[in-house]
Amino acid sequence: MGNHSDGSPNHSGTVATAGQNEVEKFQDPGIPPHRLRLADTDPKAAKRAERQVAILFGASVVGTLIFLVAYFAIDLGDGTSIATIRLQNALLGVGTAFAMLGIGTGIVHWAKALMPDHEVSEERHPIRTEEDRLAAVRIVDDIVEETGIKRRPLIRNTLLGAVALAPLPAIAVFGDLGPRPDRALAHTMWAPQEGKLKRLTRDPDGTPIKASDVTIGSAFHVIPEGLNELHEGKLNEKAKAVVLLMRLDPASLNPSEGREDWSYNGIVAYSKICTHVGCPVALYEQQTHHLLCPCHQSTFDLTNECKVIFGPASRPLPQLPIAVDAEGYLVATSDFNEPVGPSYWERDEHERSIKS
Amino acid sequence: MSAASRAEAPAFVAKTKAGRITDFVDARVGGSGILREFGRKVFPDHWSFMFGEVALYSFVILLLSGTFLTFFFDPSMAETHYDGSYLPLKNVEMSVAYSSSLDISFDIRGGLFMRQVHHWAALLFVASIGVHMLRVFFTGAFRKPREMNWVVGSVLLILAMAAGFTGYSLPDDLLSGNGLRIIDGVIKSIPVVGTYISFFLFGGEFPGAAVIGRLYMLHILLVPALILLMIVLHLFMVVVHKHTQYPGPGRNDGNVVGYPLGPVYAAKAGGFFFIVFGVIALMAAFFTINPIWNYGPYDPSPVSAGTQPDWYIGFVDGALRLMPGVIGDFHFEYVVFGYTLTLNVLLPALVPAGILFTVMFMYPWIESWITKDTREHHVLDRPRNAPTRTAIGVAGFVWYCVMWAAAGSDLIATHFHVSLNDVTYWLRALFFIGPVIAFVVAKRVALALQRKDREIALHGRETGRIVRLPHGEFIEVHAPLDEYKRYKLVGFESPAPLPAVPNDHGIVTRKEKQRAFLSKWFFEDRVAPASPAELEAAHGHHAHPAVEAGEESKSLSH
Repeated sequence: MGNHSDGSPNHSGTVATAGQNEVEKFQDPGIPPHRLRLADTDPKAAKRAERQVAILFGASVVGTLIFLVAYFAIDLGDGTSIATIRLQNALLGVGTAFAMLGIGTGIVHWAKALMPDHEVSEERHPIRTEEDRLAAVRIVDDIVEETGIKRRPLIRNTLLGAVALAPLPAIAVFGDLGPRPDRALAHTMWAPQEGKLKRLTRDPDGTPIKASDVTIGSAFHVIPEGLNELHEGKLNEKAKAVVLLMRLDPASLNPSEGREDWSYNGIVAYSKICTHVGCPVALYEQQTHHLLCPCHQSTFDLTNECKVIFGPASRPLPQLPIAVDAEGYLVATSDFNEPVGPSYWERDEHERSIKS
Repeated sequence: MSAASRAEAPAFVAKTKAGRITDFVDARVGGSGILREFGRKVFPDHWSFMFGEVALYSFVILLLSGTFLTFFFDPSMAETHYDGSYLPLKNVEMSVAYSSSLDISFDIRGGLFMRQVHHWAALLFVASIGVHMLRVFFTGAFRKPREMNWVVGSVLLILAMAAGFTGYSLPDDLLSGNGLRIIDGVIKSIPVVGTYISFFLFGGEFPGAAVIGRLYMLHILLVPALILLMIVLHLFMVVVHKHTQYPGPGRNDGNVVGYPLGPVYAAKAGGFFFIVFGVIALMAAFFTINPIWNYGPYDPSPVSAGTQPDWYIGFVDGALRLMPGVIGDFHFEYVVFGYTLTLNVLLPALVPAGILFTVMFMYPWIESWITKDTREHHVLDRPRNAPTRTAIGVAGFVWYCVMWAAAGSDLIATHFHVSLNDVTYWLRALFFIGPVIAFVVAKRVALALQRKDREIALHGRETGRIVRLPHGEFIEVHAPLDEYKRYKLVGFESPAPLPAVPNDHGIVTRKEKQRAFLSKWFFEDRVAPASPAELEAAHGHHAHPAVEAGEESKSLSH
C-alpha cells in the first residue's frame, strides 16, 4: 500500500535505483529475542544493583541535609558580602541537586537494572470506529433538525449578527489602557519655557556644561535642565530628551543650509535615541567621528550630520540646535525640529507641523 | 468506566488497609477502569523521546519556583530609593519592581537560588520545546493522525516564548528595559495602529508606569494558564494516538512496542523529573544567569555594549540587525500619503518569523498534499529515509541559526577580532544562500547514508579485519548482519514521484500540475531499500572465503 510507484521512468541518473519496482520485501522477523541482563541471571549482581539504588537514595537524604544546613547556618543581613550570598546559593543548589538527582538516578537505575525489561507489543486500535462515526453523524443531523435552524433563517441570521457584534464591547473596554498618542511624541523637554532657553546639563547629576569645558575629542551625555526636578513622568521625558554632546574640529563639520548656526565652535549635540528602534546610541568613536548603537550596530557619521553609514537605521539622528548663554553655558536654542527616536506612522505629519 | 459495583453485586471486602482506601476511592470515581486502561499501557522508548519530557518537567519547575518568586516580587513602577543590603546600589533611585528583585536576590534566603532556577528552567523550557519539535519534524511524527497535535505544539512554542519574554522584562533592570525599548520601537513601526498599540501597552509614552504590572499579569496568569491548557490538549492527544515508535523488527503501524507504563516506564519517566530538577539546580548553583544587580535600574540613557536578549528572542533581534536601513540611496523608510512607513523595522521583525511560523504550522498539510499520503503513520521515518523533508528541515534550521547568530554579531566580531561590518555582510549573504547550501548538503548526506545502509544490508558490516588470501590478495572481512539488524536498514518505504492525474472532468488542473512538479522535486532523488533478491545476488557474487570468514568471526565475537 505504501508503494507509490507507477512504473514511470526514473528521472534521476545520480542515485542508485535498483529494486525500484521490487514487490518483494524483507519479511519482518518480529521483536528480537529478549536478552537477559546480568542482574537477571546473577543474584549477586542483583544484590549489587539493589545496594547502588539504596546508596543513591541515601545521597538524596544527604542533599536535603546540605540544603537545610546552608539555609539556616548562613544568615543574610545588612552588609552581607556577595561572596556569602554566592556560597549560600552554591550550597542550596548543590543540596537540591543531590536531593533530586539522588531520587531520579536511583529510580531510573532501579527501573533499568531490576524491573522487568521485556519489550511487549500492544495492538493499536483505530481512533474511531465506523459505527461511532455513523452514530455521531446521525446525532448531529438530529440535533440540527430539532433546532430547526435550517428552516428558520430569520433566527439564524439575527443570531449570527448578534454574535458577531457582541465581542465589540470586549474590545472597546480596552480603550482606556492608555491615552491617545496625540502629539506627545512630537515634542521633548528641550522646547524653551516662557522664553527661557534650556541649559544642557550632565547626565545623571544635572550640572550645567560650560562651552569651555568641552575640549576637542570629548563627549558628554546630556539631559535638559530641570529633568531631575520632575516628579511625574521623568523617565518618559528622559527617554526622548537625552542627547550626546561632542566637540570636533569645526572644519570637519559639514552643516547643510539652515543648520550652520546649530553648532557652537565645533560643539554639536545629537539625539541619543536611535532612529531605528530607540536604543541609546552610546558609543562614540573618537577617531572616525562615528556614533554606534550597541543594540543593532547602526552607525552614524558625525561629520555628515549623523547620516546613516551602516546598519538597520534609515534616518539620521536629529540634531539639537545649541548656542551659549551669557554665562558661557551651553543652551538649546529650540526643541528638535523633528520627532526623535524610532519612526511611527504619524511621524511625517508631526515633522511637517513642527517645521511649519 | 463503569467499574462501580452495583447494589446487588456481592460486596468486595478488601483485606488490607491500603486495599480498603483504594476500594473507597474506586467505588466513588471508578479508578479501577482508569487503571485497567493505563496501568499497563505500552510506551515505546527512545532517548529522543525525552525532550518533550524535559519541556514538561521544566514547566513544572517553572510553576514551583515562579510561585515562590511571586510571594516577594512587587511589580510596581513607583519610584523608590534602594535600601537593601547590596551596597553599590544603596540609595539609588529605582522602581519598586527592581528593588524587590534585588531583595529577592540579596535579602531573602534562597531567593537568588529560586531566581536562578526559574531563569534557567525558562531557558531550558523553550530549548527543549525547540529540540522536541525538531525531533518530531525530522522523524515525520507530525503526519496523520498527529497534525493537530503538531499545531498545538507549535502554539506551545509561541506561548513559551511569550512567557519567557514577559518574565524577562519584569525585574525592570537596564538590560530588560532596553529589550522593552526595542519592542516599543518595533510596535511603533506597525502601520496605522502601531502608535496606538504602543500607547495602550505602556499606558502612555514609553516607558510609562504601567507596563511591568501588565506584563506581570500576563506572565503569571494568562500565559501560564494557556500553556497549561495546551499541555493538557497535547497530552490528551498523545494518549488518543498512542506514541509513535521508531522503525525496527516487530514494529509496524498496527502495533506499539515498548515497555508497560507500570512499573518500568512510569519509573523511568518519573525518575527523569527529578533528574531534570537536579540538573537545573546544579546550573543555578554554579552558573550566574541574569545578574540584574550588575546592570542597574532602567534608565533610557545608558546601555552596555554586547547586550543580548534571552536566546529564544535572538533570532528576531538578529533579523533586525541584518536588515540594512539604507542601500545606496534607497531608504527603507519612506512616506506614503503623508504617513511614515518604516520597512527597515517592520520587514525584519515580522517577515522571517512570519515565514518560519507559517510554514511550521502548515507543514503537515503541505507535505501530505504533495505526496498524496493520507494514510495513518505510527512508525517514524529515520531522517535519512525522507531526504527531502530532512533537507527542508535543515534549511529552515540553518536560516533560523543565521538570524540567531546575527543577534551576536558584535560578540562574534570582538571574540574573533574581525570587523563588525564584515560579520554583518557575511551573515546577510548567508541569510539568503545559507538555507540553499544547507538544503543541498543535507539532502546529499541523507542519500549517502541511505546508500551506506543498502551497502551494509547487502554486504555486511566492516569488521576492520584484514585477511591475506592464499594467492596474495588482501581483503577486509565483512560480517553479515543478523536479520533483526538488517530489517532495520531495509524496512522503509521509498515512494516515487506521483505524476499529475486528471480530475473527474478529465482535466489536469494547474494546481495538480504544481503538485506533480513538487512531488517530482520531493521524491525524484531516492534510494530504494535493498530487497531479498539483491541480497541473494550479493551473496552469490561474494562466493569466496570473505563471507564465510565473516560468519566465523561473528560467531566468535559473540
